[in-house]
Amino acid sequence: MIWGVLQFPGSCDERDALYACSLASGEARMIWHEERDLGGVDGVVVPGGFSYGDYLRAGALARFSPAMEAVAELAAAGGPVLGICNGFQVLCEAGLLPGALLRNENLRFVCRQLDLLEVDGPISGDMGPESAHRPLSIPAKHGEGRYYAPEEMLDRLERDGQVAYRYAPGQNPNGSLRDIAGVSNEAGNVLGLMPHPEHAVDPLTGSTDGLRVFQRLEGLAR
Amino acid sequence: MTTATPKYRELGLTDSEYELIVEKLGREPNDVELAMFSLLWSEHCAYKHSRKLLGKLPTEGERVVMGPGENAGAVDVGNGYAVAFKVESHNHPSAVEPFQGAATGVGGILRDVFAIGARPIAILDSLRFGELDSVRSRHLLDGAVRGIGHYGNSIGVATVGGEVYFEEPYEHNCLVNAMCIGVAKTEDMVRAAAAGVGNAVVLMGATTGRDGIGGASVLASAELGEGDEAKRPTVQVGDPFEESKVLECCLELLEKGLLVSLQDLGAAGLTSSAGEMASAGGVGIDIDVARVPLREADMEPFEIMVSESQERMLAVVEPAQVDAVRAICEKWQTGSAEIGVVTDSGQVRILRGEEVVGEMPVEALVDGCPLYDLEPAEPAGWIYGNRATLATGIDAEDELLALLAAPSIASKRWVFEQYDSIVGSRTVRRPESADAAVLALPESDNAIAVSIDGNGRRVACDPYAGTVEAVLECAQNLACVGAEPLGLTNCLNFGNPEKPTTAWQLDQAVTALADACIALGVPVVGGNVSLYNEGPDGPIYPTPVVAMVGELPDPHEVGGSAFAGDGDTIALLGPFSPTLAGSELAKQRGELEMGLPQPDVGAVVTACAIVREAVRAGNVSSAHDISDGGLACALAESAIGGGRGCRVDLQPLRERGCSPEEALFGEGSGGFLLSGNRAALESLGAIPIGEVGGTKIEIAAGDRSLIVGLADAESAWRSLAARAESVT
Repeated sequence: MIWGVLQFPGSCDERDALYACSLASGEARMIWHEERDLGGVDGVVVPGGFSYGDYLRAGALARFSPAMEAVAELAAAGGPVLGICNGFQVLCEAGLLPGALLRNENLRFVCRQLDLLEVDGPISGDMGPESAHRPLSIPAKHGEGRYYAPEEMLDRLERDGQVAYRYAPGQNPNGSLRDIAGVSNEAGNVLGLMPHPEHAVDPLTGSTDGLRVFQRLEGLAR
Repeated sequence: MTTATPKYRELGLTDSEYELIVEKLGREPNDVELAMFSLLWSEHCAYKHSRKLLGKLPTEGERVVMGPGENAGAVDVGNGYAVAFKVESHNHPSAVEPFQGAATGVGGILRDVFAIGARPIAILDSLRFGELDSVRSRHLLDGAVRGIGHYGNSIGVATVGGEVYFEEPYEHNCLVNAMCIGVAKTEDMVRAAAAGVGNAVVLMGATTGRDGIGGASVLASAELGEGDEAKRPTVQVGDPFEESKVLECCLELLEKGLLVSLQDLGAAGLTSSAGEMASAGGVGIDIDVARVPLREADMEPFEIMVSESQERMLAVVEPAQVDAVRAICEKWQTGSAEIGVVTDSGQVRILRGEEVVGEMPVEALVDGCPLYDLEPAEPAGWIYGNRATLATGIDAEDELLALLAAPSIASKRWVFEQYDSIVGSRTVRRPESADAAVLALPESDNAIAVSIDGNGRRVACDPYAGTVEAVLECAQNLACVGAEPLGLTNCLNFGNPEKPTTAWQLDQAVTALADACIALGVPVVGGNVSLYNEGPDGPIYPTPVVAMVGELPDPHEVGGSAFAGDGDTIALLGPFSPTLAGSELAKQRGELEMGLPQPDVGAVVTACAIVREAVRAGNVSSAHDISDGGLACALAESAIGGGRGCRVDLQPLRERGCSPEEALFGEGSGGFLLSGNRAALESLGAIPIGEVGGTKIEIAAGDRSLIVGLADAESAWRSLAARAESVT
């Protein structure tokens, strides 16, 4: 499978994501935000960073880029889309994922290695029992990562298996409701995650647990 | 009747300097010229009180790719790549407005590094504030940390390390020194000299506004005092998003070979960048201020020339390439304007359309400032205060806990967790896991380590020995991760050099820096000087901040500071004979006075080599430099980091003549705390003192023996967050 990684002005983690995608699946390429054509990639990563300087609101401007129109079409066709950190914010702003991400509860940026629990759901069905229950050690780093949605929407997300990742008990770094770290769309092919799996792909710089997040989505590629 | 102060004095020039300007011009300068001279002849730009001294520093070395005088220094790391680095102060802006002051300090140092064509890969910071029980210090700390995080996190460069000290003399005049490290293909690097008569001068990046007018002269080159709030308009405002676009744009332009030269706009804005580029290239330059894109339409020519608006770069471009350059600027959605031309006149000419509004010889403007000799005089005794916060005669357990909780020693997790330390996928050792930050360099298939250090209190006690110690501590930190020094940069933060005591401190410190670098064989590839750091109560501690970059052949063989295995032997290595002079314990007891023992530099260098090789060979489980708070604090840090206790006996230090208290809490250069296999450690010449294990820190030291639970030690050491966020 071929991953494409979007690059906006102000993206920070796009090179890291490109490296992680190439480790995970062998091939990945960068896609400039002004490109309307994704060039035949099978899945897209919307990377972390501060697209458009977080001006107006995190992710609020990047969602209008031409490449995001193409991402919406890919998502509608069932292609895997992974939004990481700022990318998660962009996907929420674009309406491809439910909910919103608010300022961290203590109003400070936080960068910390933490444990994530993979929640069983439609998109983790083929991951096997072993991996589904071992926590993933992945770093988080953000100032606006507090997941929020109205109570009834949260109930529905849980019921429909759209809560994909939670912070391990006691490790919620930002005050996210119900310890939610990542959510998916109803079809399960669009995933937003606040922590950074692309920074957990090499034992030299951390863990390798982030690869499991990419693999989880790769199973969905056509 | 009052006599109006002449304008040149308000701008910081002396009578004799003004007379010299008139002589060089053959007439009185007009307002534009006076403004430009006042900036380039300021201490901040001309180094007029320090330049003579700095000639002592060794600047040559086999691995040096760029030395002092460029935007940043650079050393060869192999495979056709170089690592560039520089540290610079932004003290006075941060003291007046900490968030923007610190943020733009980071922005400025990033520009220095990408100006030579290197991609920034890491930031470190060296911060000094007054005591943490002061409301002002907590305000400055909070603002500076947020500012550094705001800029570094947003632009996507990892902040991988640094240091923070809290001492009364920084109460009014905090220090914010920011360091940036970048990596470049050596053949793509670019110098800051203008060249090619007829080439275009292109201003790229943000528009020019009225922010930061007079920053270099009014703010950076005078003492702080009453009414500094009025100086807030001289502090610039940072926009990391703009800088991120300018950074990517400049690197793309350089990669495509479209620029002749590149320079950032920092202190003194267009004045210094245009003047310095012309001076370095031995050419003249014409600037038309009417072509500079402005934020406010009615700006005067002098305001445009001295504005310190951030996120701007100045490039020299061949006329045929101007359109291509502007197209790439458009791609990155950043501004570009052709504002001038390189000439053979030897003059900096400022035009507004057709009208010449200023014309000065480059030589007079950039290199004409008189250099001054210092008039040093050693003070009769300790000139700073003493404040006892810890009683003498208390239990050694309580002393250890008090030291671990001392804000200068306590864990800085509250600080570094506010920074993105991992973006870029290079961070092999994150903050607090080792004595130096370690960054992988896939480009050259190796790694670098970086350490930044400078204990102002110890330099105040003895400027010579204290500065040597700062250099040695960096070398020891590098050794602990297995790195060999390649180059050094520094930022000399001192008080008013026109005062004899400060002049003496500066003279001693620079001499020591030179001697230590020569002994280590490490070249000084760049530096920065920040003088006039004084508040109403007097000067800061003399604070030479030293930053050292070293090389590791294999990023997989890197040392850590935490104890790693129960049953491991703990051993001491190096010429370590600690005393209480200048120590954290002496500070807390209010017993600071002049004088430190002189370090045995040769013996420390030898010990560094032994530790470095042992770490590289995988022969030790942990390596930690013994520093603030002495051996007891070093043991506690390694124990807390590893989540394992220890049991040691300090008899070997007693045999070196140390009292129990000196053995526990004394400070001084040359000590390494190692753990690992006993036979392996003994073969290095290390002296076993105990064993890793248990849940307590047990130290036998005669009548000062102590036992402290690991959990108690950790809670003292982790106490910074609660106190930093205290609002009372």
